[in-house]
Amino acid sequence: MENKHYTLITAEHKFLDLKLKEVWKYRDLIVLFTKRYFTVQYKQTVLGPAWLFLNPIISSLIYCFIFGGIAGMGTDGIPQILFYMSGNAIWGYFSSCLNNNANTFKSNAHVFGKVYFPRLTVPISNVFASVIKFGIQMILTVAFLVFYCIKGDVHPNWWALCFLPVILIELGLMGMGLGIIISSLTTKYRDLSVLVGFGVQLWMYITPIVYPLSQSGDSWYKYILLINPVTAPVELFRYALLGQGTVQLPYIIFSVVFTMVVTILGIMIFNKVEKTFMDTV
Amino acid sequence: MEQKDMKKTPAIVISDVKKHYKLGQIGGGTLQADLQSWWAKKRGKEDPNVKIGQEDRARLVGQSFLALNGINLTVYKGEAVGIIGGNGAGKSTLLKLLSRVTAPTEGQIEIYGRVVSMLEVGTGFNAEMTGRENIYMNGAILGMSKSEIDAKMEDIIEFSEVRDFIDTPVKRYSSGMYVKLAFSVAAHLDSEIMIMDEVLAVGDMAFQKKCLDKMRSAANEEGRTVLYVSHNMNTIRQLCDRCIVLEAGKVVFDGDTSPAIEKYLGSERDLSIVNDCNYERNSEHHLCGDILVTSVAYMNKDFPVFETGEKIKLSVTYNAKKVFNDMAFRMSILTTDGMVIGQATSSPAVTTKLGENTTVLELNVDWLAPGKYGIKLVAYMVNEYGGNMNLDVVDMACVFEKSQSGNNGMAWNHEWWGNISFPEIQIVE
Repeated sequence: MENKHYTLITAEHKFLDLKLKEVWKYRDLIVLFTKRYFTVQYKQTVLGPAWLFLNPIISSLIYCFIFGGIAGMGTDGIPQILFYMSGNAIWGYFSSCLNNNANTFKSNAHVFGKVYFPRLTVPISNVFASVIKFGIQMILTVAFLVFYCIKGDVHPNWWALCFLPVILIELGLMGMGLGIIISSLTTKYRDLSVLVGFGVQLWMYITPIVYPLSQSGDSWYKYILLINPVTAPVELFRYALLGQGTVQLPYIIFSVVFTMVVTILGIMIFNKVEKTFMDTV
Repeated sequence: MEQKDMKKTPAIVISDVKKHYKLGQIGGGTLQADLQSWWAKKRGKEDPNVKIGQEDRARLVGQSFLALNGINLTVYKGEAVGIIGGNGAGKSTLLKLLSRVTAPTEGQIEIYGRVVSMLEVGTGFNAEMTGRENIYMNGAILGMSKSEIDAKMEDIIEFSEVRDFIDTPVKRYSSGMYVKLAFSVAAHLDSEIMIMDEVLAVGDMAFQKKCLDKMRSAANEEGRTVLYVSHNMNTIRQLCDRCIVLEAGKVVFDGDTSPAIEKYLGSERDLSIVNDCNYERNSEHHLCGDILVTSVAYMNKDFPVFETGEKIKLSVTYNAKKVFNDMAFRMSILTTDGMVIGQATSSPAVTTKLGENTTVLELNVDWLAPGKYGIKLVAYMVNEYGGNMNLDVVDMACVFEKSQSGNNGMAWNHEWWGNISFPEIQIVE
């Protein structure tokens, strides 16, 4: 009995201990947090979860209007609405992983300050919630996809679709890793949370979301896009789903390595900060 | 004591725990402020972000404050331990460390068993979710799995007394219902150690009693360990069999509850036995200055804590510049927030001599409800026209505590019940 629940509290912090075992013990809490995300979001709204559909479809239509219509940007021959819908879904997923986690400590200070549970459950459940949101958005995207497939306008690379889970895990971890690093730093420097708000928005424009990577041609700013670690998974996603996309192995490897570093570093910083953040937040 | 300890198994072992808090520096909060401080230090100038008036105090070490200054403590399985101390003594910090909300700066804490901490009522409750959803949520936050909660669900709902509202969002709950539900969840968790911070301050009397009973049975029958922090001495007395007094981040007493409470009450400055009354009198009283009370002391008391049936005996020392033959004393009993509850007078029969005099006064406070009170002491005389003339007024001459007795074990609720405890109602027919 005693051995099963022995806890030692000290000032020391093992930097390399990611404490994932403890997180596993609290897996029920992760499920509940994920559920809460949706129950709370859509309680007392008339349209309820329908917002999950309305939101991307409205923004995709506006993209069609601005980028496709006014700016006249190409979409690699893919029907505009489908192109923007899929881009919106994947970027929405990444940015929600990042944004929702960037304020983990600040927005949960009242709970964190009163009771202990592995803090990492919060960012992980945020990622799960984002996955579900992405899934719901994809229902609509897939509807368009089926329509255009039958019409013969799009030819997905079916075999590459098996990479979809990998893409989701990678983007989810990258978003979470960056998010928790930012949230750890915002416990002391509130400035960062201001930066994140518009930083993520600007980031979208250096990611091939509203335009394909091929659009950038061979000029130097193509390399800005390629250095961006989100570019590779987004292009892979588009390659699989829509049959068009620039997939280059070195950039995928770079992106994966970047994600791994960010995730591990993020969890380490997060675990360090969670011990005493209550004293500064 | 040591022999007794040998048989027990420890639940919590705290060794040499210290907790520093940084002062001033965190005030900035933005990167700019930190850079400012750093730049100012570089140029040898005064840090613009340090708050004014932070003089060195005993517990200030450089720029940090020692909230806990070397705590050593072993709590054994099945004990109900009360932690008391004045504001800033370190009680809450200690509980925070035990519930792992924040980490100690030095030292270590060993905990044998699962801990459920209630530093606040209803942590993690979400207003939009229903009572049932919140039970799951709260239970999971406190470390229970879903199946464990399912197994206890009926008991929790039953204990909480809010069955009819269990599927209603908690934002529609009254604050009492909220507390009941929250306490029920925590009380029913399978934990070996319960940490409670004054959570019983809310909720109605009957529920308070129910909570105390539950916690006591958790300790006595189920062998769980209860750590309880409160300013309410009555609940401490009812619940705890061991009590720890913290003062300035150190354990100053560890032992049985009654002496611990006396130690704590006695160490509070305003509850001292002798009160020096040599201070500038309030000019509004328009005193002649012929009588000046110099000290008021409790007689035959180590701590000014009185039980029903005990009389307050005060020895009043004063300097007289004139001889009075018909001086009288008046005592106003005040609550700690300054509200006058009542007054008692003496007969005008005191005769003074020039110089120092001592008069012993006795006051019956049997009807006073349990709680802390102050006494305003007035020396006065009745002049030839029958009017009163104050000779000296000591606004807060002394402070005492009326201790709890009888009352069916319920803690006295001043807000609702007032300050007078009338004699027991007689059932005559």
